[in-house]
Amino acid sequence: MNIGLFIPCYVDALYPQVGVLTYRLLRKLLPESHIDYPLEQTCCGQPMGNAGFQKLSNGLVEKYDKLFSAFDYVVSPSASCAAYVRTFYPLTYRHPCKAASHTMDLVEFLHDVVRPASLPARFPYTVSLHNSCHGVRELGLSSPSEKVVERYSKMRSLLSLVSDIHIVEPERPDECCGFGGMFSIEEPHVSACMGMDKLERHIQTGADFITGPDSSCLMHLQGLAMKSGKQIQFKHIVEILTAF
Amino acid sequence: MTRHAQLAKTFLTCRDAAVHHDHTFWHVRENRDHMAQAVPEWEQLRSLASDIKAHTLSHIDTYLEQFEARATSNGVYVHWARDAREYCETVLHLLKEKDVTKVVKSKSMLTEECQLNPFLEAADIEVVETDLGERILQLMKLPPSHIVMPAIHIKKEDVGKCFEKMLGTEKGNADPTYLTYAARQHLRHHFLTAGAGLTGANFAVAQTGDIVVCTNEGNADMSTSIPPLHIVSMGIEKLIPDLESMAVFHRLLARQGTGQPTTTFTSHFHRPRPGCEMHVILVDNGRSQILSRKDHWQTLKCIRCGACMNTCPVYRRSGGYSYSYFIPGPIGINLGMLRDARKHAGNLSACTLCQSCDCVCPVKVDLSQQIYLWRQELDTLGLANRQKKIMSQGMQLVFNHPRVYSGALRFAPVINKLPRRLTGVRINTWAMAHEMPQFATKSFHELWKEGNL
Repeated sequence: MNIGLFIPCYVDALYPQVGVLTYRLLRKLLPESHIDYPLEQTCCGQPMGNAGFQKLSNGLVEKYDKLFSAFDYVVSPSASCAAYVRTFYPLTYRHPCKAASHTMDLVEFLHDVVRPASLPARFPYTVSLHNSCHGVRELGLSSPSEKVVERYSKMRSLLSLVSDIHIVEPERPDECCGFGGMFSIEEPHVSACMGMDKLERHIQTGADFITGPDSSCLMHLQGLAMKSGKQIQFKHIVEILTAF
Repeated sequence: MTRHAQLAKTFLTCRDAAVHHDHTFWHVRENRDHMAQAVPEWEQLRSLASDIKAHTLSHIDTYLEQFEARATSNGVYVHWARDAREYCETVLHLLKEKDVTKVVKSKSMLTEECQLNPFLEAADIEVVETDLGERILQLMKLPPSHIVMPAIHIKKEDVGKCFEKMLGTEKGNADPTYLTYAARQHLRHHFLTAGAGLTGANFAVAQTGDIVVCTNEGNADMSTSIPPLHIVSMGIEKLIPDLESMAVFHRLLARQGTGQPTTTFTSHFHRPRPGCEMHVILVDNGRSQILSRKDHWQTLKCIRCGACMNTCPVYRRSGGYSYSYFIPGPIGINLGMLRDARKHAGNLSACTLCQSCDCVCPVKVDLSQQIYLWRQELDTLGLANRQKKIMSQGMQLVFNHPRVYSGALRFAPVINKLPRRLTGVRINTWAMAHEMPQFATKSFHELWKEGNL
C-alpha cells in the first residue's frame, strides 16, 4: 500500500511530534507499506476558505492533487483538514478529484482500513474525548448527536485497545468548542465563551487528559486552560495510541 | 469586529442572563433529541420532507394555480402580492372595505418581514397580537428574538412590571399563572371586539385548499372564530402538494421546534364560516428571486421550526438581538443575506461551521454550506474585512511557495521569544483569552528532511 502523509501547516509548525508519531504508528502497523511525505505540501487552504477567500487557495488545491494523486491513501492526523480536503476540494474543482476522495483522517484510516486487533499501548489515565465538529459531521468519526442513527465512536473503539485507559465523554459530547479558525479571531468573545464552557464540561468528567483528532481544537482549549490556570492536560489521540 | 461580534460581546457581559439563555435553548434541543430518538424512521422523514419541499418548489407554478383554484371553489378569496408594499396595501384595502378599526393577530413572521403592523397603525388600525409572547413584546415595543419562542429572553419579573403598567395587574406579582390569566382576560376582550382576525400559515395544501395553522395557545382559533373577516398571509413557499405530505410535516414540526409530539392546536381552515369572509394573500416578496439562485434556493424549504437556532452554539451565546435580520441563527443569516446582502453581511461571522444546524434541519437545508458560500461572495460585493483579506493574501503567498514556507517555519520559533507586549491583546485578539501556542524548535518538515523520525 502506498500512503502519502499530509501533515497540515499548523501541525508541522506547532505539533511536529503528532506528525512523527503518526509516521511511526503507521510504520509499525503496516510494515509492508510505502509511506512518503511529499515535501512541497503546506496547507489545505481551509483558513482562507473559511475567511471567504477560497479563490486564493485554488493553487493549493491543484498542488494537493498533483502531490497526492499517485497514493492509494492520503492520511492526515488532523480531522478538520482532512474533512476540508475531502468535502470542499470537489466543490472548488467542480469535478471529483482522486487525491481528495482518498484522503482520510488518521482515526478513520486506522479504524476503517488498518483495523488493528490490538495496540502495544498503555495509558493509565482518565481521558475525555473531544469530538471535533468536522470529524463528527463531515467524516463520521462518531454518530452526530442530532441524528437518529446507531451510536458509535471510532475514537473510542481505537482507544479501547490501549491498556489501563479510562475513557469518558463530556456532557453535550459533540457541541462545538468555538475554535472555528478565523471565527476565534472575528468573534473572540463568543469563541472564548464556547471554549470555556467546553473546557468546564471536560473538567467535570474528572479526566486527567482531553484528547481528540484535531490539534486545532485542542490548541484553542489549551490556550484557554493555561490562561485561566486549569490543570487538565491535552494530547492528540496519536500520542495516546503510541504511549507506553 | 463585525456588528454581530460587537453585539455578542455586549450580550455576554451579563453572564447570568447569557448562561440562562444557553441553558434554556439547549434544553429545547434536548427535548427535540428525545422526541426524534423515539421515532425510528426519523432520518427517512427528514429525507421525505426535504424531497417534498424540493418537488413542490420546482413545480411551484402548478401548485400555486391548483391551490388558487381549489381555495376559490371552497369560497375563499385568493390575492397575489408581488412585494411587501403590495401585500400591506391589500390587507389595508380589505380592512377598509369592511370598516375594520381593530384586528387580532396570531403569530406570523411574514407580517414581521413585511412590517405590516406599523403600516396598519399608521392608517389608524389597532393591531393586537394574541400569541402571548408576541403580545408581551408588542406591549414592550420590542422585536422578537426567536421565531418560535419570541419572548423567551424576557424574565417573568419584567413581564410582571409591564403588565402592571399596561394591564393593571397587582404590583410585584410575577407569578406566571397569574400573569397568563391576566393576559387571557385582556385578550378575550379584544377577540370579542375586533373586526378581523389575521393569521399566518404553517402550510397550505394545494390539493384541498386547506390553510394549516399550528399553535400551542389556540389563539389562531380564537382570532378566526369571532371576527367576521379572516385574512391569511402566507409566503408562496408554504405550499405542499397534498394531505399525505402534510402528515410528514406534522410529525416533524413540533418535535423539531419545541420537543412536543404535536402542537396543542393544528387547525385546518377550509372555507369561511357562514356569513363571514376568508381571504388568502399569497406573498412573493423576493421568493421567486431566491428560487432562481442555484446556491441558495434550498432556504425556501425551511418550515420555520427554529431548531437550527436552538442547536446553534453561537446563537445560544449571543441572543437574537445580536443579528441584524429579524430572523436570527443559521437560517436568519442566510435569509438576511438574500434580503439585503449589504445590510446583513455583519451576521456572517456568527458561525463556526460546526454543521449542527445541517444535522437537525427537518428539511435538510445545507445552512452552514450556504454561509460558507456567502463568505466567498463578500469580496466581490466589496464587503470583505480588510484584515481578513490581508491575512488570506499573506497565507496565499506563504503556502503557495514552499521555499517561503520553509523559511517561515525556520523563523517561527523566534516568535516564542518575543516580549508579550508584541504578541499581546492590543494587536492580537486571540491573546485576550488564550496563552499563545509555542512553535516547535524543529518543524516536521525539518525532521523529515533530516531523516530523524
